[in-house]
Formats: sequence, C-alpha cells, structure tokens
Amino acid sequence: MAEDHTHIVSSFDEELTRLNNIISQMGGLAESQLISSIRSIVKRDSELAEKVILSDQRIDVLEQEVQDFAVRLLALRQPMADDLRQVVTALKLSNDLERIGDLAKNIAKRAQVLNQIPPIRPVQAIPNMAKLAQEIIKDVLDAYIESDAEKAHRVWERDQEVDDMYNSLFRELLTYMMEDPRNITASTHLLFIAKNIERIGDHATNIAETIYYRIKGEDLPGIDRPKNDAANFAVVEPNE
Amino acid sequence: MAAVSQSAMTAEPSVEKPKMTARNLDLFYSDNQALYEVNLDIAEQQVTALIGPSGCGKSTFLRCLNRMNDTIDGVTLKGEVTLDGRDIYDKRIDVVQLRARIGMVFQKPNPFPKTIYDNVAYGPRIHGLVNSRDELDEIVMTSLERAGLLKEVKDRLQSPATGLSGGQQQRLCIARAVAVSPEVILMDEPCSALDPIATAKVEELIDELRSNYTIVIVTHSMQQAARVSQRTAFFHLGKLVEVGETDQIFTNPKDERTKGYITGRFG
Repeated sequence: MAEDHTHIVSSFDEELTRLNNIISQMGGLAESQLISSIRSIVKRDSELAEKVILSDQRIDVLEQEVQDFAVRLLALRQPMADDLRQVVTALKLSNDLERIGDLAKNIAKRAQVLNQIPPIRPVQAIPNMAKLAQEIIKDVLDAYIESDAEKAHRVWERDQEVDDMYNSLFRELLTYMMEDPRNITASTHLLFIAKNIERIGDHATNIAETIYYRIKGEDLPGIDRPKNDAANFAVVEPNE
Repeated sequence: MAAVSQSAMTAEPSVEKPKMTARNLDLFYSDNQALYEVNLDIAEQQVTALIGPSGCGKSTFLRCLNRMNDTIDGVTLKGEVTLDGRDIYDKRIDVVQLRARIGMVFQKPNPFPKTIYDNVAYGPRIHGLVNSRDELDEIVMTSLERAGLLKEVKDRLQSPATGLSGGQQQRLCIARAVAVSPEVILMDEPCSALDPIATAKVEELIDELRSNYTIVIVTHSMQQAARVSQRTAFFHLGKLVEVGETDQIFTNPKDERTKGYITGRFG
C-alpha cells in the first residue's frame, strides 16, 4: 500500500520527476557559471567572462519553465502533502538558483573590468572562497537529489565558513585601499565579487532550508539563529 | 496489523471541548467487523471531516453518531459514544429526541413530496416545537435563511420541493435539518450529487453553520475536506489511522497510510 510510492496516475509522477530534473539542471548550470566566472578572474580570460554573461539567460529560461510548470501542476493535479511541498519548494529553489546565476554573471562582468587593470595580491583569496561556495552548492544539490535532510542540515551549517572568509577578505582589502589609493578600483571590484560569493553562500543556505522543509515538513532546527556577519561592523561598531 | 489503540494512533484523537466522543468503538455487521476500536473526539462548533477509501468505515462511523445503525439487522456495537458526556446508547435515551439533537443530511437530496414550506415545517411539527402558525412561519423562514435558500424560494414557498434544482434541494434538506435546532449535523457526502457551483454554495453554508452547530462530514473529495473542515480524520480498513488539524493532515501527514491516500499513492 504505502510502501509502493508510485502514483496511481503515472503521468503525475512523470511530471514531478520532470520538475525535479529541471531544478537539477538549473543547479548544475548555476554551479558551472560560478566556476567559470571565477576562472575568468584567475586566468584573466575576458572571453570566458563574456560567455558566462551570455549563458545566464539559460538559467532564466529554466526558472520561467519551473514557474509555468509548477503553476500548471498546482492547477491541474492539486497535489497534497509531500507532492505539494515538492512543487512549492521547486518554485523557491528555482528562485534561489536564478539569483546564484545572476551573482555569477555579475562576477563575470567585474572580471572583465579587473582584466583591464594590473592584478593585486588579494585576488588569490577569491578562488578559495569561491571553491568553498561551489562545494556548498554541490552538496546542497546532492542533498536535493538524494532527498537527504541531514546532508541539507550539514550544508546549512557550513555557510558560516563562507561568511568568515568574506570577513577576513574584507579587512584585507580595506588595508590595501588604505595603503595605496591606486588599489581602490581593483579592491572595490574584488570586494563586490567577494560579497557576491558570500550572497551565493546565503542562497545555498536558503536552498538547504527549503530542502529540509520539503523532506521533513517542518523548519530546519535553529533556522532563526542570527548569522554573524562582522564585516557590517568592520569600521564602525554598532550602537548598543 | 494490530488494532489501532489510542496510544498507537498518530496525532491526538482528543480535543479540549468535545461535543461528542467515541471510545473503543467496535461495530460488526453480523460476523464482519466494520469498525475497530475507534477513538475520536468531535470538537464543538467545528467541522470534522471523515475521509478514506470506499468501505473504510467512515459512513458506518458517522451513522453510529446518531444511531442510524440501529435499524440495520445484525449490527452489534461495542464501546461508547457520548453527546455532551452522556452515552447515547444508554437504554434510557429516546432515539427520536436524540436524532432531533443530531440531524443528518444525506448524499442525495431527499425532499419530501410536499411543498417547500412543509418540508422545513415537518420536523418542528412532529417534534411539537411550535405553538402557533406564526412561530412555525418564523422557524421556516430562519431555517431557509440559514441554509442560504430563502432569497431563491421566498416567493414560491407553496410550490413542490421536487421542482427545485439539485443544489437547492440539498440546501432545503439542510434547512429541514436545521429547523429542529439540532446541536450536531451529520453530513454523508452532501455534495457528491451536485455541480461545482452548487457545491461551493453548500460549502459556504457549512462554513457559516459552524458558528451555531457542530458538523461532521463524510466526503470522498479531499479538496472538499481541506476546504470546509478544521479537523480531518482518516479511516482505513475500519480503523481510525490519523486525526489532526486539517492543514497538518494535508500538508504534513504523519502516517504513511494517510500520506499514501491523500497523495494518490495507494495501491
């Protein structure tokens, strides 16, 4: 009875699978866009950056597809319980993945500017931070495909590492700009790039929360715990 | 599978202010057991929906609540059903009085072959609830109003009820049930013979009636259960599998069988 998890209407199962596949595809694209955008900085490859900028549209198209498809499923199948959560979370995930794509595109745009000015040393910290973000995206997509709530939870915990890296990079870039005003252009772009990666980590965290909810039907424990982003206060301490 | 006892069942069967309760209810049709140790509270002034596949015992359970099974040969019942804390199967209970307190609306609209007015006036007349024609008029009008039918029929109260549309007939049956001022209204698939617009009107009505009555509804439409009820109970093979807040049952059911049924993965 309930051990048999196939739907009586098999086309409904096929549609849910298709929805899953689009999300996985979006996730794969978002991940590779991030990798390419970082490579375009490291290799000073503006052509690659241009490719990243143009490819972002593919993710946007998929997001639209998820939206249309999910709305159709809701209207025609009226899914319940797990199925309902699956459709609703697909909508949320597509939104986060599309934003990750946008941020990667923005990194690529800044790469094109950076590639026209001499490199500065803190550039080296960017790939490490991006690698961490990329691992998180990969793990969270695995958690999605495997429906593994515990894995989603572990990924969620790791976002703090990205935040910590961002905070230390922020301080380093600040020092650079103070040392020599000619560093300001490159440093500012790097700062935005680092912030983009940090935001990507946040979206991956959202995805982890959404996946956890999809599987368990309840919020991830500790979801309302405040995150520590010390860079906000790096220059001026907040008033108590 | 062991009988589902109160402790083994998922979610809470009891509510704070139950209007009716069923405790360890077993029911047999001759040798066939149709209900197994059902424990369920019916919350006051709420709509409780009973869902489950055909033959799961939900209608049988509903009929236990106003002793409609008494009339069926070979039915034996164990356990207890209470209304306001009193056992309704107590020998001292007058069944006619009981059914005035617990009204029922059936799957197919079944108006009497009488005028619209007489259909609604029937109950108050036989139960001797009125002393004058004015009082009766008052009850008929209020009941039709409560059933959301007054506007449509006020100019033809003396026409035959059988001339009304299916949806109007069903609302007339609800008016007839309401006319004797019941405390609980049982509904056995009240919309299954109605089109979507008539269904929507009855559902709207059920929601309004909730402020004055306790309602128990059996429905095959899970969407309907989701729309009209505050609590939902899922029956399977004569057992109460899961009961809980309707939004919890439909977004995050705890029992695999409930999940299988409401998502359509029930082989």
